[in-house]
Amino acid sequence: MRLAFREVALAFRRAPLLAILGIVTIAFSLFAFGLFGLVALNIRVALHEIEDRVEIRAFLVNNARDAQIEELMTGIARIPQVADVGYVTPDSALQRARAELEEFQDVMEGAVLPGSVELRLKDGARDPATMQMISRRLQTYAVVDEVRYGQEWVEKLYRIRNIAALAGSVLGSVFALVAVIIIGSTIRMAILARTREIEVMRLVGATNGFVRLPYLIDGMLKGLAGGALAIALTWGTNELITRNLLTTTFFSREQMLLGIGAGGLLGLVGSWVSVGRHLRHLWRDA
Amino acid sequence: MAGILRLKQVTKEYPRSGAALRDVSFEIQKGEFVFLAGHSGAGKSTLLKLISMAERPTSGEVRVSGYTSGSITAREIPQLRRRLGIVFQDFRLLADRTAEQNVAFALEVTGTPHVQIRPKVSRLLTQVGLASRATAYPHELSGGEQQRVAIARALVNDPFVLLADEPTGNLDDRATHAIFLLLREINAQGTAVMMATHDVAMIQRSNLRFLELDNGQLVHDGTDVARLVADMRGRR
Repeated sequence: MRLAFREVALAFRRAPLLAILGIVTIAFSLFAFGLFGLVALNIRVALHEIEDRVEIRAFLVNNARDAQIEELMTGIARIPQVADVGYVTPDSALQRARAELEEFQDVMEGAVLPGSVELRLKDGARDPATMQMISRRLQTYAVVDEVRYGQEWVEKLYRIRNIAALAGSVLGSVFALVAVIIIGSTIRMAILARTREIEVMRLVGATNGFVRLPYLIDGMLKGLAGGALAIALTWGTNELITRNLLTTTFFSREQMLLGIGAGGLLGLVGSWVSVGRHLRHLWRDA
Repeated sequence: MAGILRLKQVTKEYPRSGAALRDVSFEIQKGEFVFLAGHSGAGKSTLLKLISMAERPTSGEVRVSGYTSGSITAREIPQLRRRLGIVFQDFRLLADRTAEQNVAFALEVTGTPHVQIRPKVSRLLTQVGLASRATAYPHELSGGEQQRVAIARALVNDPFVLLADEPTGNLDDRATHAIFLLLREINAQGTAVMMATHDVAMIQRSNLRFLELDNGQLVHDGTDVARLVADMRGRR
């Protein structure tokens, strides 16, 4: 193990430019991935905020009786997806309208607004299907005149979110593949540069695992370094945007560690594939 | 006594170039010294590759120190290699390491405990007569000296047989003779040696057993040098 690390250090000292080049290319591909992740993350944060405001509103018929309203409220309380529910009396509806629309004070003189029930759904139950189901259920009450929940809005939001998720995973896998290929070829170069050493190792009876280990460590370290550099670049970009354009959310500590870890994993996979392929060639020749 | 190295009706064919060895059988005993003679292309290198199990025979069987070509696994090959010493015409030293680092490298990569490496390296370099040049890099050494380093490296794991593929092919007469004497010395301590060469004079002088390969076939196994001289001259 110690020897393997020494070999890695030696390889770095012998061809620092190549190693740095490898790390930087990995960093750039992960950086692109990171930027996309940042966009996806912020879309998600924004969606969440908007979702929080989504509510179902059931307008009641004029002269609704208290008993009817009571019946509606207990019915709603039995729906498991509902987070909270409130009754807005015709009076308070009018007051609210007056406060919000001061310019139209005159118009509202003597106006009568219908009473309504407002309900907010629990996290994770704000999808179009659930909202539609609940709205249908509300409509079965005679006291309910009309139900509104911004159907189009909700559906559009969800479509954006799905597209973002799909694009994210497609682009993500493409970039992951690119990173694997890049690491694979830097390892390949490292192997070609050390053909003689590998030949000697095989000759004197080093085990396959022993020959492989330095390259696997090499690939993993490059992946980790590339991942860390990519996080730094992404953070820099994020700072720039936050300062000049709009406030964005950055990755959490766990997400950053995950990103660096993903870099390491990509490095390991890339070097594993490359080592497997190229060492087999050398094995046959020596 | 059973041979430590035995080939039984070994044929090796390559997809492109055809048969490199045809129906070769012989046996080498513990502690023996055997020359392997023949022109370039006669199959000497192929034979050494088969013995080190870098390649498998197309048919027939190679048996080395209890390992058989038909059943050896990829995991066992490194174990076998540690029991073989292999030396080449072009030395195959690592140019960026000193003589002692080259020898130590072979010990390190086969997992020798650190404390044992230094004493063993200096003992080996002394054995091959290079103790005073331990810190020299290959390019600072003469051809003969480089081959000595390579021999020291081949001996690190106390092999039972040393395979030398034209070890003197790049050396002048004096160095050639010195290397030959060194191999004899190693042989005298109990290590079998198989030395490929096309130096007929050396074989002639030594009066030792030799295997002659011609066009992939074993045409002689014994000490009849007259025949070898005629063969080598006729082909030249």
